[in-house]
Formats: sequence, structure tokens, C-alpha cells
Amino acid sequence: MNFLLVLLLAIGLGDYTPEPEGPIALTNARIVTVTGDTIEHGTLMMQGDRIIAIGTDVEIPENATVIDCTGLIIYPGFIDTGTQLGLVEVGSLPETRDARELGDFSPQMKALTAVNPNGVAIPVTRVSGVTTVLTEPSGGMLPGQAALINLHGYTPAQMYAGFEGMILSFPNTGRRGRFDSRSEEDIEKAAKAAMKKLDDTFDSAALYHRIDSSYHASPEVGRRPEYVPSIDALLPVLRGEQDLIIQVNTAKDILAALAWVEKRGFDNVIFTGLAEGWRVADKIAEAGIPCLVGPVLAVPTRNSDRYDKAYRNVALMHAAGVKVAIRSGETENARNLPYNAGFAAAYGLGKDEALRAVTIIPAEILGVADERGSLEVGKEATLFVSDGDPFETRTQIRHVFIGGYHLPMESRHTRLYDEFLSRDPGLKKHSP
Amino acid sequence: MKQLFLLTCGLALLASAAAQAPTGSVLVRDGTVLTVTDGTLENTDVLVVDGRITAIGSDLDTPAGAEIIEAGGMYVMPGIIDAHSHIAISNVNESSAPVTAQVTVGDVLNPYSIALYRALAGGVTTSHVMHGSANVIGGQNETIKHRWGAVDPEGLRMAGAPRTIKFALGENPTRVHGRGNNLRPASRMGVEYVLRETFNKAIRYQEAWDRYEAQVRSNRRAVPPAYNGQLEVMADILSGDIIVNCHSYRADEILMLMRVLEDFGVDRVTFQHVNEGFKIAPELAAFGAEGAAASIFADWWAYKFEVYYSTAYNAAILTRNGVLTSINSDSAELNRHLYHEAGKSQKYGGLTDNEALALITINPAKQLGIGDRVGSIEVGKDGDLAIFDAHPLSIYAVPQKTIVDGIVYFDIDRDADDMRLRVDPEAAIDTAILHTHDDHHQCLHEGSIDLYGFLANE
Repeated sequence: MNFLLVLLLAIGLGDYTPEPEGPIALTNARIVTVTGDTIEHGTLMMQGDRIIAIGTDVEIPENATVIDCTGLIIYPGFIDTGTQLGLVEVGSLPETRDARELGDFSPQMKALTAVNPNGVAIPVTRVSGVTTVLTEPSGGMLPGQAALINLHGYTPAQMYAGFEGMILSFPNTGRRGRFDSRSEEDIEKAAKAAMKKLDDTFDSAALYHRIDSSYHASPEVGRRPEYVPSIDALLPVLRGEQDLIIQVNTAKDILAALAWVEKRGFDNVIFTGLAEGWRVADKIAEAGIPCLVGPVLAVPTRNSDRYDKAYRNVALMHAAGVKVAIRSGETENARNLPYNAGFAAAYGLGKDEALRAVTIIPAEILGVADERGSLEVGKEATLFVSDGDPFETRTQIRHVFIGGYHLPMESRHTRLYDEFLSRDPGLKKHSP
Repeated sequence: MKQLFLLTCGLALLASAAAQAPTGSVLVRDGTVLTVTDGTLENTDVLVVDGRITAIGSDLDTPAGAEIIEAGGMYVMPGIIDAHSHIAISNVNESSAPVTAQVTVGDVLNPYSIALYRALAGGVTTSHVMHGSANVIGGQNETIKHRWGAVDPEGLRMAGAPRTIKFALGENPTRVHGRGNNLRPASRMGVEYVLRETFNKAIRYQEAWDRYEAQVRSNRRAVPPAYNGQLEVMADILSGDIIVNCHSYRADEILMLMRVLEDFGVDRVTFQHVNEGFKIAPELAAFGAEGAAASIFADWWAYKFEVYYSTAYNAAILTRNGVLTSINSDSAELNRHLYHEAGKSQKYGGLTDNEALALITINPAKQLGIGDRVGSIEVGKDGDLAIFDAHPLSIYAVPQKTIVDGIVYFDIDRDADDMRLRVDPEAAIDTAILHTHDDHHQCLHEGSIDLYGFLANE
């Protein structure tokens, strides 16, 4: 991770320490730890922002706040590794979209800068058990750096959840969508030009890195490279300090991306998207590149594909040996991540793997598994309590904790429900 | 209206020729039958003969020629109905004018669309294929059955289904025409007056024809008024022959259309999307003789400003306030898992299983005027069934077989990986098309250009 960022956060977080009165104990619960055994009738205790105890014989101090969870289940907060939450408020209004900066090469842009902690979709998402999301800039080849955020906090620094990654939108060799009416030749030409631009950029970055490194090795004799902000921002990736998240979807592009990664010698690469990952899953597995895959709720990429290929993609990739986390690709409806996981479960992945794919696996891929992704003593107390299987639509989420904070189960959606279910006045006002 | 009468007779003849949609006979044995209108029946057989449900019970005899489906441990529900779709048509919007009542998407049906098969694989048997939302008064819609494999577009039509038409309020028509073409409407005020002016013209047009028809009885040389295809359709709305289906979001504009329709004596309307329907549920329920209906998204919101103040509890609030409500897709993707979308009404407001299933079966059927033919499992209704391996409101339910008119059109066990390959000699490769977010909100798609993207970039 970026050293400067650590420094920045250390300063930013200086006066921010959650200090609840005593510990909070969730008792009599089924505790789905994900990484260990599931515990029946257990207690999970939190203090500050940490999980401090899990088990069936946890001693609960007198000053603890006890929440009886009989009949309820505790899960680690779900992690959505592909959203634009906090960056986009209303999809069609440019004034409310901060996910895209001008230009095709803007790796110096940081999503975390533009995250709006008060975005209306943030509470809407977290009350569904999705507590942590990767929010991504978009547009152009190097749109900027995605940030992992918890969906609670009053500043981006408070929301920051320990990972930033450089997004690379890999050149698309196919059609961009159903409205892309370019000829085959034009598509090929554009793809070639884009690949050249990509290589030129990383060649420049490599040179810049060499000059920069020799300067740092002996600053008294060396010279700093001429400052080029977009190239400068790629240094952490070239130094192996920051992951490169490559957005890539079609089989042909994935193969091209694999070849490109090998040629460049990067070992800090994550793939994201992977609509056709199943087609070349063995190749991805061979390269050992972890993948953030989704949306699962999607149509197949080709008319000739079996109708359920998008549903099965995650399962097929997993079976081939790829490390796969599930992403919703949504913004205001990132709350549907559990349903993307549910469909993946139903179409070959199975419930346990699907659960891992929205908890510990994304945490491992993003390098934050020491903090999140499972219920373990010492990890951050970011979790939720449900009355059933969280992938089922009939299940209600009862409690959400993020960083130890017990959050209200409220959002614009619930407030409008409360106000309008039995509207008063109804059809007629009181007569005077 | 003589031309219209002759035209209608001609079309009726054509239609009756084309209406011989193939039917089949099938016995679905020993399933858990979710009838929707008559509760859940365990270990029950459903018999379809020549496309109609003829018996529901136990140990039913198999008539000769009927296919037998063993549904032990499976759930059998009525074929799902999507009340708002744009699949299987080659154009969505005739966006050349704020009023285009004269056009119909029934003219551009595409029976080869893969979306039909994919819908079947999601248990969906009927779609209300709609004109887009670019115009205040858009074109007429078509209610189709997913008879995958038909080569003639006529084979998709659900013969006898009432005519419906698309209206649209709010951001879309004001953007396309007001800001896009400097044509009224540019505001919600203008939308009301485009509606009122067009209805008033239709009344005058109808009066002129009534006068002519009275005159021509005594005077064979009476001169008929000029024929106007658009006003013919508008007059048919006024006479109650066409059901209005109106794209709408905000409470104020929905109230406006109800006032306008009331003033013109139209008492049947289904509001589409109607994200702010929850705010005026009592008014919707009180409209006309039977209330205004609402066909909504399960949880879409915030993609544009007029859906910013939305709640996913819309279905529950509307249902609890007595509004006839359905959940639709407006998307070839979402269309495939409407059973899952209906399930969301249990998370958001705790609807019962039956209420949730009604949102995608009998309720949309009633809204489309086909509630006596489809939307529930009842003797006498069409043999349109969807069979799941678990309760269809469960996330883990996988559709197994889908039956239309007694014919199995989707069977998960007969779905080879390569059965969809159709080699196009012109194409160099089988092109991969990515699912993008714009695939949703098909309302503003127009043939090969994306009006929504186009306007978003203005």
C-alpha cells in the first residue's frame, strides 16, 4: 500500500477513536465465522472497533451491552469488490457523478477523494449487510485508483478500509455493447492503437521508475525525472507496492491481458469483470491471478451461449482453480450483492463457497484479510445479524455493525415506507 | 369509421388464420402446485389438453399423446407474465414526434430474438412488449407469448389480448422533444397539454365521423372526414378499446394523468414504473371503477433524478393500500429472474408468498386484460406453466421446464451447450457483447442507437 496514504490516514485518524461505554455482546447466536467452524448458541463480543471474543463460554462483563440474538445468525459484513458507491449519486446527472475525470490516462485520480460519506445509497446498502465496498473510478484506460471503504463514517478517511488499487481498463478488442456499430476492421484498428498506447504508457513509466529509483539511490548525484503526474502515479504499481486491477471481460481480451501481464512481469495484478472468465478459466488459474467477478445477474455475452453462463461463470472459474470474489457491478443497488452470490450458489458454486466469495476471498485478494472478511478475535467488528440465510430474499437483516458502531437499520427506503404505508391524511383531510 | 371497420374485419380474418398457434397436451404429475388464485396444492397433477388446463387433481389419467412430466418434489406455478418488456422487437421508439399513437411495436416483432428463449428459461411465458418512453403518447404495444421457434412474427401474438398503448410523462418526453427538438413538451405542464390537446382533437374527429355516419344513411353523397390514423387510435382509447399504460415516476405527474383521464372519461390505466406510486397509493386505489393499476420495478432507483426519492417498499405499500400491482422487468436481463424480483417484496415489506407470486402472475394478467386466460393455474385457463426445483421465491430455485399452450419450450435437461449456434456467413466471429448497465432501462432505446446515452451526453 502507498506509504504516503498510510501517513495521511494516520494523521487523519488521529482524533478518531470509537469509545463505546463497554463491550457489546451478541448472545445466543449462530455465528458463521467463515474461516472457522460455525458456532451454535454462541456469543460474539466487541469492544471499540474490534471483535474481542467469540465462543460458547464467553464471560460477559457487567458493563457490557447485551443483545440477545436467539434464533439469529451473525455473519461478517459482505464485501462488494465492484461498485461506484459514494462517487455517483444520481446516475443520469453529470453534476452528481464524480467517477470520471477528463482524459484517458488519469491514474493520479483517487476515488477516495470524491467519496461522499453522506451519499443516500450508503445506508441503503449497509442495512442489507453489505458493509464494505470497493468503489472505482471509470472511463478511459487508466481512470484512477479504486478505494475500499466501509459504509459508515463522516469523512472518507473514516470510511477507508485499507486498500487502494490502480484501475486499468484493458483495451477492448470486441464490441463495446449492443450499440457499438463499428466494423470489424475499425474495432481491430482501435484495439491495436489502444494496445500500443498502453505499452507506450508503461514503457514510459518503466523509464520514469528507473530514473526515479536511481535518484532515490543516490539523491546527491542523481536527478529526479521531469515531473509527469500521470506517470508518477504509476510508480507504486511498478514498485510492487500497489495492486494493478485490470478490468477485462471477453475471452480474447483476457488472454491478451494474461500475455501482457506476463510480458510486463507484474505479480501484483487482480482481474475484475471477467464476463467470459469461464471460457479461459484454466489459463487464468495457471497464471494465478485472482479475480473479482460479476455481475452474476447478467445475460450471456453471446447469443450462442447457454442461457445460464453468466450465473455459472463464478462456479466454472472456481472449479478451474481460480480464486474468485463476487462483485455486483452496481452502485445504488450494490445491496443486491447477496443475491448475486445466491445465484452463483444455485448455479454450481454452492452456498459455502458463495459466502466465502463475498467475505474472506475478497478480503484476501485485496490484502485486508487480517482486518476483515471473517469473524475472528482481533479483527474489525464489521458484521451483521440476520434472521436467516442472507442470500434469501425473505431474510431480514436485524443489526449491522461497522467498525464496532451499531448502526440504525434506517435508510431513505425504510423512512419512506414508515411514512407512506398508512399515509395520514389518506384520501381526505380532516374536515375543519 | 367504415374504413376502420373493413380494416378490422380484414385483420380479424388474417388474425384468425394466424391465430392457430400450436398447442400441446401435457400431464404434470405430483408437483406442489402454486395456483396463485386457489392456494397451494401438494402432490397434485395438472393436466393440459390441447393448450388448455382441463383438470387439476390427483391420479389424473393421461390422455393419449400427452407428454408426462414427473414433478415430484418440484414446484409448479403459472407461467410468469412480464407487464413491461422490450424484448423480441427490432425498434423500441418512434421518437419523431411527441404523439405517435398510430404506430405499433406489433409491426416489428422478431421471433428469432434469443431473449425469448432466455425468458422461457426464467419461467416467463408472456410479455407485454412495449413502445418506448420517448413520446408523451407513444405507440401501441403487443402482448406476446414466448412461442420460441416460431418463424412468423404472427406466431408470437397472444390472439385476443386487449390492445394497449404507451404514454410517457416526465423527464424522457421533455428531454427528447422539449430539449432535444425544441418541441412541446419541455416541462410537465407541457406534457399535460399535449395529452389534453390530443384527446380534444380525437373527440372532434370522432364527432365528425359520427355526424358523417348519421348523414350517410339519408345522403349517399355525404362527404366523409379525412382519415387520421393517429386520431383513430386516440378515439379507440376514449371508447375504452385500448388500455393506457403510462411510463411515469413522480406522484404529481401521476395525479395529473388521472385527472386528465377522468376528464375524458377513460377509467382504465396501468402506471408503469411509478416509483412514487407509494406516495399516492390511496388516490391510485380510488381511481375509476376499479382503481388505477401499478406495474413497478422491485428495487430500481437513483438512476435519474425523478427516481431519487424511491423506496423498494413500493410493492408492499401499493399492495397494502389496495392497488393492483405487478413487478416488471423493462430489461432482457431482469426479465429472466422475475421470480427473484418478486421475492424482494418479502424483504421489503413482508408480502406473503401468494401476494409475492401474484405480482408476476395474476396481477399483470389482470392489468393486461388477460386475467381470465392466464396468470393462475385454473381449469379452463391456458396451459402456461413454469416448473422449479425449489419454491420459486427462493434464491436457490432453478427453473426446470417452461410450458406455453401445453408445449414444453424450455427443458433444462434438453438444453445442449451448442443448441443456440446459428452460423452467420457474413460474420467473421461470434461477437461477444458485454452486458452494460444501459441494457437496463430499455425504454429509451431506439433500434440501434441508445437514446438514453445520447441524451445523457447532451
